[in-house]
Amino acid sequence: MNTQLFEIVDKPIDIEEVKQKVVSRNAGAITLFIGTVRELTKGKKTLHLEYQAYPAMAIKMFKQISKEIQERWPEVKVAITHRVGHLEITDIAVVIAVSSPHRKVAYEANEYAIDRIKQIVPIWKKEYWEDGTEWIGDQLENVPYPKGNPPIKKEIFHD
Amino acid sequence: MIKILLFAHLQEAIGESELRVDLSGHTVGQIKVWMENQYPKLSLQQMMAAVNEEFAEDEVILNDGDTLAFIPPISGG
Repeated sequence: MNTQLFEIVDKPIDIEEVKQKVVSRNAGAITLFIGTVRELTKGKKTLHLEYQAYPAMAIKMFKQISKEIQERWPEVKVAITHRVGHLEITDIAVVIAVSSPHRKVAYEANEYAIDRIKQIVPIWKKEYWEDGTEWIGDQLENVPYPKGNPPIKKEIFHD
Repeated sequence: MIKILLFAHLQEAIGESELRVDLSGHTVGQIKVWMENQYPKLSLQQMMAAVNEEFAEDEVILNDGDTLAFIPPISGG
């Protein structure tokens, strides 16, 4: 079994495998976030998707997110796998597993992880709509960053 | 030599995912301008950049062997 906590893969993600990486005798809770490909975005129909990543940097940013989480919630363990390549509707794009001694933190840390992925991890989604294709700029579906750069915590520049 | 990586629509705009250029000693901002002159279809002023897999501001200077990546707005997850 692969024991790397953070992975970019081009095959379907095994949810159980991601979960196993955070299993701990100290954990009383494991939360799993499973991000899937949806068909309709504001009434617009997706036929399929393609994800592209900058893998070396993406893994570094996953580690950065895990570090931020452990600074805030020291007893938490995080594993993240993101898929790239061609994905069909309902396919799993990302799985985030978080274990924690207590339930509330497991939920909070997991939400923090997906929010940060959408801010700092270099992965791009190409939509194949019914009526054409488009690289999606950000979650607001704008192409340029509104302020010229993503909301990066300053310490990332110094680590 | 510096390795330049391009992703998403930037990659499609110039038809290359990777370039090798002799621009060590230049800043990220200067290389953005150079790239735009080489590839008039490219607009990099709003793009973030990463040097050796860390986000880098326009003032960062590139050294021989560095990898510069232009990071279009991301949309993972």
